Formats: sequence, C-alpha cells, structure tokens
Amino acid sequence: MEWFSEFGAIMAMQGFNGLSVFCVLLLMALGLAIIFGQMGVINMAHGEFLTIGAYTTYVFSSLTTEYFPAFTPYYFFFAIAGAFAIAFAVGYVVEWAMIRHLYKRPLDTLLATWGLSLAMQQLFRSIFGAKEVSATLPDWLMGSWQPAESIDIPINGLFVMAITALLTAGLALLLYRSQWGLRVRATTQNRMMSGAVGINTRKVDRITFALGCGIAGIAGAAFTTIGSTGPTSGSLYIVDTFLTVVFGGASSLLGTISSAFLIAQTQATSEFFLTGSMAKVLTLSAVVVILMMRPQGLFALKVRR
Amino acid sequence: MKAIYRNVLGGAEGAVGLLVLAALILVVLPLTLDLFRLNLVGKYLTYAFVAVGLVLCWGYGGILSLGQGVFFGLGGYCMAMFLKLEASDYESTKMQSTPGIPDFMDWNQLTALPWFWEPFHSFAFTLAAILVIPTALAFVIAVAMFKRRVGDVYFAIVTQAIALILSVLIIGQQGLTGGVNGITDLKTLHGWDIRTDSAKYILYYINGALLIGCILFARFLLSSKLGKLLIAMRDKEERVRFSGYDVANFKVFVFCVAAAFSAIGGAMFTLQVGFMSPSFVGIVPSIEMVIFAAVGGRMSLIGAVYGSLLVNYAKTLFSETFPELWLYCMGALFIAVVMAFPNGLAGLYDSHLKPRLARRKARRSAEIPPPSPETAVAAVPVAVAAREADTQPLSADATPRPAH
Repeated sequence: MEWFSEFGAIMAMQGFNGLSVFCVLLLMALGLAIIFGQMGVINMAHGEFLTIGAYTTYVFSSLTTEYFPAFTPYYFFFAIAGAFAIAFAVGYVVEWAMIRHLYKRPLDTLLATWGLSLAMQQLFRSIFGAKEVSATLPDWLMGSWQPAESIDIPINGLFVMAITALLTAGLALLLYRSQWGLRVRATTQNRMMSGAVGINTRKVDRITFALGCGIAGIAGAAFTTIGSTGPTSGSLYIVDTFLTVVFGGASSLLGTISSAFLIAQTQATSEFFLTGSMAKVLTLSAVVVILMMRPQGLFALKVRR
Repeated sequence: MKAIYRNVLGGAEGAVGLLVLAALILVVLPLTLDLFRLNLVGKYLTYAFVAVGLVLCWGYGGILSLGQGVFFGLGGYCMAMFLKLEASDYESTKMQSTPGIPDFMDWNQLTALPWFWEPFHSFAFTLAAILVIPTALAFVIAVAMFKRRVGDVYFAIVTQAIALILSVLIIGQQGLTGGVNGITDLKTLHGWDIRTDSAKYILYYINGALLIGCILFARFLLSSKLGKLLIAMRDKEERVRFSGYDVANFKVFVFCVAAAFSAIGGAMFTLQVGFMSPSFVGIVPSIEMVIFAAVGGRMSLIGAVYGSLLVNYAKTLFSETFPELWLYCMGALFIAVVMAFPNGLAGLYDSHLKPRLARRKARRSAEIPPPSPETAVAAVPVAVAAREADTQPLSADATPRPAH
C-alpha cells in the first residue's frame, strides 16, 4: 500500500502542476479569445500587455514596501486594479492609433503588432533593466497547504487558480449576460447588420480590444505571484496562447477553456515521462496535427463574416 | 527568343532592373568591400532567397508563412551535417572516446552515428536532401492546410508553431543536432577548404548566381498563367474556385517553391558562414525574414533582395553602434512598412521615382529626336526597378493600401 499512496501523491502533485499550467495558459488566452476570437485581430503584442500588468504589480509592490510597509498585506488587490487600468488604457490607445486602420488586413495586423511587441520589449528593458524582477509577496501568499501527508500545494498556486476562475466567470457573464456582450457577439456574427440596427461597431471594437488587453494585465499581475518578470516574459507564451485559442475554436469561450485544459494536462503529464523540451514538442505537434485534421478547432461556431 | 526576353527578363525595364542588381552583386560589391564585409553581404543574400520565396507565396499567393526559417534551417542543417561528417573523420577525431563521430555527439556520450546521419556521407544525397526534405515538409503542411481551406491567418499561426516546434526539438536533442550551439567547426567540402579567402570569393559568386537564377525562375513562374491565377486567388479566391480551378493545388505549389528557395539559401548560408544553429530556425528569424520581403516590396522579386540587404545592413550597423536602439528601429520598421508604405521600396519607386523618370525621358526624347539607349540605362538610379510591381491587382480592395 505504501507505493500506492506515494504514487497517488505524485499523481496529485502532477495534476496540480497541470492545473497551474492550465491557469497560466487560460489567463493569457482569455484576453486573446476576445481580441482574436471575437474581433479576428491577431495581436502579437498580447504577451507585452501581460508584461505591463506584471511590471505594474512590481511597481506597486516596491512603492508599498518603500513608503507604506504596513499596507503590504493588502496592496495586491490595488495592484490588480492598477494593472487592469494601465493595460486597458494602453490597449485603447493602440487600437486608436494602429489596429483600427488594419481591420481589413489581418496579416498586416500581425506584422504591425509584432513590431509593437519588439518596441515594447525594448522599452521595458530601458525602464526596468534586462534583469528579471519580482514583486514582494504578502505573507499570506507564501507557504503551502497540506491536505495529506506528502502532498504539498503552494498557496500562490491556489490564489492564481482563484483569480483564473473569477476572471473566467466574470468574462462569461459579461459576454453572455450583459448589454455590452450582446453587442460584441452581434458585431462578431454580422458587422453590417449590427451597424444597421444602431450598434456603434467602432466603439464596440475599441472597448473590446482594450478589455482584452486589460485582462492580459490582470493575468500579468497574477503571474508575479508564481514567477519573476523580465522584458520578454510575455512573449515566451504567445505561440502557445494562439494555439490554445485556435485549437479551442476561435470565438468560443468554452472551447478556449477546454483546449487550455487539454494542452496543459498533456504537457504536464508528458513532462513526467519525457524531458521538458520533448514534452513541449510532443504537445505542440499534437495540437498542430489535430488542427490540420480539424481546422475549425474543438468547438466551432458558425459565423458569417 | 522574344518570348523568353519578355517573360523571363520582363522586357526592357525588367531586364535593366535585373542587370543593375546583377552588376551590384557580382561586380560593384566585390570590388568595393573587403572580404569580411563581402562575406557579410553573402550572408545577407542567403536571406534574400527566403525573401524572394516570400514574394511568391505572400505577395502573389497571399499565403503568409511565419515558418520560412524552418525550411532555411533544414537546408542549412542538411549541408552542415555533410560538412560535419567530413570534418570528423577518423584521423581528426581520434582524441575522442568514440572516434569518427562529430564532436558534440561524443560530448553527449553517443557511441555510434545516429541512423539519419548515415546517408549524409554522400554528397549527392546531401544535395538532393537539401531540396527534397524541406519541399516535402512544405508539401505535407500545405496539403493538410489548403485542402481543408484553412484561412490565411490560421496558416500563419500554424507555421509559426512549426517553427517553434523545430527549434525546441533541435535545442532539446543536443546529442543528435548539436543543441543550441548548432553544428560548428565546418572545414572542408570534398577536401576543398571553405575557410580560405579564395573559397569565400567563389562561394559568394555561386551564391549570387544562384540567387539570380532563383529570381529568373520566379519571374518565369509569375509571367506564366500561374502568376495571374495567384493574384486572382489572393484577391477573390471563391471566384477562381468557381471558375473551375483547384485553388489548393496552386497554393501548395507556390508554397513548395518558396520552401525550396529558402532551403537553397540555408545551404549557402552554412557554406559561407561556416556553421548552422537553431537561432536561424525559430519564430524570431522567421518573422524577420518576412520583414525583408515587406521592406523591399512584397510584390517585387528584385525589391526583396534590396530589402534583405538594407535591413540586415541596418541591423549590423545598429548593433555595432547603438545596440539598444535596434529593437526600436525594427519595431518601427514593422509598423511603418505596414501602415505607411505597404508596397515597400518597390512601391516607393513606382509611385515617386518612376513618373519622374518617365517625364524626364519624355522631355529628353523631345529635345533629341532619337533617344540614346545609354541615357535610358543611366537614368535608372539606385535601381529598385521592379517590373513585378506593375502588375495591377484584380480587385482594388484587397491590395495593401496606406492607412487614411
């Protein structure tokens, strides 16, 4: 029985590992699911919006420890709000300055946003330095939870999971239960018709894009609890995230969630048997092969563009 | 004869453009640059192969591939494997615990040559592999994607993922591929030392000649019916399909041609630079190769060569003097080339220089009744002459236009 409980513990930890990867992927993919899924815009700078959120959290944390040390346990919630606000504002400006001119040319959007991401990475490097920084975490995020002997679950992992769950639920409510969500979905399904019934599609586009960026900012804030932040942290995940959204079937929130779950669990499970890089190769190849056989993704929505 | 002149050289204007390019690559640069700089230009010109391929499949076919580095890398690795095997003969590797295998395999405790390295002892096989392996991979990807009518955007993302997969795979399998360092210490090709000065000159000329050959071949393709169909497909795919053409086959073909060009470039890169590493395979180099084509003009084969030369020259210049500014410039270049001048240098030439030249020519011919051919040639200045840019797209709304 000894080996069995040990095996169970390993499985539980590995499963939790997969859940962490799942949260990371899903947090990044949520913003992209709106921007790419709903609007069809390829935002290669999405990772940099995540980095904006992470650096905002870092700035909040250094300011707090410097000037209001007593405030340290609570600063994180303000940091999340700040990360959202700044990423939202930058996204709003980017949409106004760049994206709105390129809606008819998706491939060109891809190149332009790639250029934006290069410039933003260099900007981060100039401001914060090339070295990775990390925010000072409040005490209640440290430590771990032991539901059983030999099972160790870190609190910050649980916290990220909670943020992911809240954000996903909030986004689902916003998309499927609010006036704004109705307008966004209407614009996705038939832009001309939505305009004809009096929806300001330009405004919807701008807010949608900015919101996607804001969500990336929150994701960045959540990331600081599990890892450090460097100028290129966000861009590391950009391809995985795009694959997640495409694999799930663009414009389907449920698809994004399930594909993030599948990819993360495949990755975490195969990491147990193979080296990290081979696990990544295996997972990505599987996704690419499935996409070649089923290009519309897991959950496809019939859309007229 | 006349048909060849018209189709392959592109009439008087195309021939002049090509001639100026050939003169620049084969005469002017070798005469004015020292060997170190010339070798750098040779390296840039290997990227031009990729850019010319991208003009075919992206500019004309509308297929944006973000994974051209994969084909460049595969071509380069095939050549590097042959050279590495020649460099690790029994004599020069007898210090190793297993003599006769490449040094990095020995460091990674391999005791025998992996099976897929074996055939690369043969030069004929290597030459075939350089062309066949990347083209076959491109064929598989393209058939799988285009037969199912996958959109351009998805294709771009999937090719990007493939670039990521291949670079992670090469880095991860250090014992088989040399890992992140790549395959280094390449010495001879059939006993001919490729590191000597004379070899560098010879390789440079072979490279230049191959590049011009590729451009001629691409022109031949574009001037045939295929070229017209590609433009028609890019602009209104459904109409071409409804006219009875199998759109997917044309896309597969043009993507394979682009892959083969990239592979030739990769092989020439290995020969001239003397190593091959995964840093020329991944996402970043692949997307940078797209910007070479975009800067030169996505509709201009000759422009792509100038684009590759200019961007890489700027990159070298900036990273030597202001390394931190380079990424800003690169970013700005991406944005500007998309938003301000989507047809690149060739587009600028067509809209600004060409009308002026035409006016000047008209004035001259009015003054001196028989226009001398010398003045016409001399009047084409820095030679971004690009016949390809003349080709009018079939429908206006699909052409890249500057933002308003």
